[in-house]
Amino acid sequence: MSDTHVDTHVDGNALAGDLREIFAVDLTVATGQCSGCGYKGSVASLRVYQNAPGVVARCPACEEVVLRLVRGRDRAWLDLRGTVSLEIPLPS
Amino acid sequence: MAFGAPLSSTDTMPIVSPGFTGRRQSPDVQLPPGQYLAEDFPVLTAGPTPRVSTDRWQFTINTEAGQRYDWSWQQLIELPAEKITTDIHCVTKWSKLGTRWKGVSLDVLLEDVETAADFALVQSYGGYTTNLPLEDLIDGQAWIAYRYDGEELTPEHGGPARLLVPHLYFWKSAKWVRGIQLLLEDEPGFWESAGYHDYGDPWREQRYQGD
Ligand SMILES: [Zn+2]
Repeated sequence: MSDTHVDTHVDGNALAGDLREIFAVDLTVATGQCSGCGYKGSVASLRVYQNAPGVVARCPACEEVVLRLVRGRDRAWLDLRGTVSLEIPLPS
Repeated sequence: MAFGAPLSSTDTMPIVSPGFTGRRQSPDVQLPPGQYLAEDFPVLTAGPTPRVSTDRWQFTINTEAGQRYDWSWQQLIELPAEKITTDIHCVTKWSKLGTRWKGVSLDVLLEDVETAADFALVQSYGGYTTNLPLEDLIDGQAWIAYRYDGEELTPEHGGPARLLVPHLYFWKSAKWVRGIQLLLEDEPGFWESAGYHDYGDPWREQRYQGD
């Protein structure tokens, strides 16, 4: 049996539209820290799985889930328990 | 439910039709509210597809009292199996009719398990979890399925084995299943803790929390 993973993720830029609707800023340039392994990197560097009941973003270093986003009819749920913090650049 | 009892003897699951052979194409087929008919079998995944070889595969039931029951692959496939033909309903709105599976009823696996639990948290290789009341796993309503459409279950569809609980939205039918934790109190799983409904009955359209 092959060890290759069948993998269909895209990069974190795919989160831009969904996150902009909620935060009104482009969060893909924010720097997040993974609560699983401590990896720090831009939201754009995450591995995003979209063929699912919600959007799942995983750490590129350890594959832990760092962000889950579920869209309901009139609500969204953002689960960030896999993220220690988000550092968001702002205009000075 | 006795070993090998015919599925038609259960009246809790009218969508099971063991004698069914052809594909239903009737335009007036009844689907749960908000669903459409899919002809293909969409692959949904929240992460990389785990590849679990059957020689290291194991299925474990842990009770609320800390008792552990496990089965190797060989032990699983030697248990009495059933053929199941059933409709499935995904919360992303596709339904597929007359899907054909083979697997072991949870009634068989739970038969000797001593428990006072009311809830189950199903766990998968790769870290996925989903929760449901224990009563939805018994009485001929749930299986550990390892064949689909006459062939081995592929990793894309959850092989080597997945849970099959077709009376609930299909996210409850955990792919790559590796075990069940029995619990005295409900504990939400991967999607249930991120906005999806705790129970997920497609006929009552329980998609999101509050539905
Ligand atoms: Zn990480």
